[in-house]
Amino acid sequence: MWEYTDKVKEHFINPKNSGLIEDADAVGEVGSLACGDALKLYIKLDDEGKIKDARFKTFGCASAIASSSVLTEMLKGKTPEEASKITNRDIARELGGLPKEKMHCSVMGQQALDAALRNLRGEPPLVQDHEGDVVCECFGVTEDQIRGAIAGNDLTTVEDVTHFTKAGGGCTDCVPDIERILHELKESRTSRPEPVKADRPMTNIRRMQLVTKVIDEEIRPNLKKDGGDIDLVDIDGTRVMVALRGACSGCPSSQLTLKDFVEKKLRDRVDEKILVEEVNS
Amino acid sequence: MNITYLDNNATTRTDPEVVKEMQPYFGEFYGNPSSMHSFGGRVQKKIAQAREKVAAGIGCLPREIIFTSGGTEGDNSAIFSATDSQPDKKHLITTRVEHPAVLSTMKNLESGGYHVTWLGVDEKGRLDMQEYLDNLRKDTALVSVMYANNETGVIFPVREMAQAAKERGILFHTDAVQAIGKIPLDTRNLPVDYLVLSGHKIHGPKGVGAVFVRKKSPFRPYIMGGHQENGRRAGTENTTGIIGLGRAMELALADMELKNKKMSDLRDKLELGLLKAVPNAQINGETLNRLPNTLNISFSYVEGEAILLMLDEFGVCASSGSACTSGSLEPSHVLRAMGVPFTHVHGSVRFSLSRYTTSDDIDLVLEKLPGIIQKLREMSPFSEQNEPIGCKTGN
Ligand code: FES
Repeated sequence: MWEYTDKVKEHFINPKNSGLIEDADAVGEVGSLACGDALKLYIKLDDEGKIKDARFKTFGCASAIASSSVLTEMLKGKTPEEASKITNRDIARELGGLPKEKMHCSVMGQQALDAALRNLRGEPPLVQDHEGDVVCECFGVTEDQIRGAIAGNDLTTVEDVTHFTKAGGGCTDCVPDIERILHELKESRTSRPEPVKADRPMTNIRRMQLVTKVIDEEIRPNLKKDGGDIDLVDIDGTRVMVALRGACSGCPSSQLTLKDFVEKKLRDRVDEKILVEEVNS
Repeated sequence: MNITYLDNNATTRTDPEVVKEMQPYFGEFYGNPSSMHSFGGRVQKKIAQAREKVAAGIGCLPREIIFTSGGTEGDNSAIFSATDSQPDKKHLITTRVEHPAVLSTMKNLESGGYHVTWLGVDEKGRLDMQEYLDNLRKDTALVSVMYANNETGVIFPVREMAQAAKERGILFHTDAVQAIGKIPLDTRNLPVDYLVLSGHKIHGPKGVGAVFVRKKSPFRPYIMGGHQENGRRAGTENTTGIIGLGRAMELALADMELKNKKMSDLRDKLELGLLKAVPNAQINGETLNRLPNTLNISFSYVEGEAILLMLDEFGVCASSGSACTSGSLEPSHVLRAMGVPFTHVHGSVRFSLSRYTTSDDIDLVLEKLPGIIQKLREMSPFSEQNEPIGCKTGN
């Protein structure tokens, strides 16, 4: 059985905003019945152009329904511009995390949102009309979608890509292509990291952004190499609260990891005053 | 919350009688059956009795029984015995709907150079006897066909198939893990060379099973080491497990017919009740030739994991062949082999009953499940009126 957080279960058993909006301003649709999950997202704006109502129709497992439900909650009150910044990670984070095999459910949420926002802007839906774009035939996943998931989530292995996009989870014919894409992106990334610490005094928002960026781009990939992972739980001024996951949690040297690596890195890259604390979440 | 356990093809409740039988051998009588002293000898005697009970259960000689760690080891050791003992024969026959214990082993042999004939099934989950006969060859080393399918409960014509193999001098293995204890089965009129069973599917303990190897059929030890099990399976005996398996076998056979009648009556009640209460539901698998305890039913336009988790809220345990529950991204290989339409393949639920199942258990499912399906369908973007186009999987 999957280990779902209470938040996932709550959004699954009592989903918020399920149903449709008859006079929606925009509709976004992804997935298909044959693929095993699908999501149709409806958005309605108010007079000021903010999202007044968001509803969904979802076919899929518990985490697909929970991702849809939490996404509609996140959308309310946002402008389309703000909404467009929501990533699949935000959806997963809002749910207190998803099992890694289920991350594709959060990706589906983001894709439906993208589709709805395109619809709102009057752009035509992204159609995969030319075969060339589709890398994974089994699940109809395009090269762009794979690249997006890799870049947005620091994916390093084919397995990761499958968890996030489903590509490679069927006949496995597309695995060599996924490997190629991973390789290409890795090559182009070696020029990093560009300096992030610069403009100070720093606003809280800016600090938060930088901390997130450094954790995502420089800290997590390193921990992952040893089978660990890290979640950013909260940021309060210069206090950064994190939870260590996977091989890191319960590892005797986790305190060392926290101070010597995570904190050092963040002080180095973001702000000297940063204090890292471990919390359980 | 009370547990309504309808997942007995996954595992069963250990019978309290079985636990009682095993108990003293965890603590008090810890001797090694291989030892020379009478303290160990006492355990050895108990194992011999268990062997007799298991043998009696399938109508064979005690020395045709080898105890194993369970179904998977039994299947592996039978298959490799057949291939290792006939290195010149490079052809194997099996079905597309076997348990992974056979499926993966066969795939492994296939990538190692064996030619494997994968027999398909029709939309009711049935094999084609003619296709089978046409594929029996001079260089066929082994035929491996399960006695009954774990997902649909469909029973295969193993006796006829084994007979045809025997007439051609071809070895035959059957994975009978799901059939034992649920239908009468006797190796005296079932001409197989190998038959595999497992303890925890018949209200016995986990981690123990047995493989029947017919006298004179070739067998190669799969686990090397000491002389246990007549030199055919090394390693100190799982004494408590074996003792529990013996008792479980005995209990399974007592009034089997009566218990099975009760079980199939309840199963039929569930089946009819659900078909009546829920539109667009279909039974997966042939209904006549089926294990008395199994019901595999699909609901269109909803997904199995969601159904299971909602049932779980009421303490109802069942399983599903949907992609999301399998840990892979594709639905069950059995349902796909049967060509279950993609509108239904993701929404399958398997209920499997046991002798402990009561009428109340069935009533609870009949009370809760229709509402669950309705709730999920209301949430689903698909419906009969709004037939969607599919992607490749599941077709
Ligand atoms: S093409 Fe990607 S898994 Fe089949």
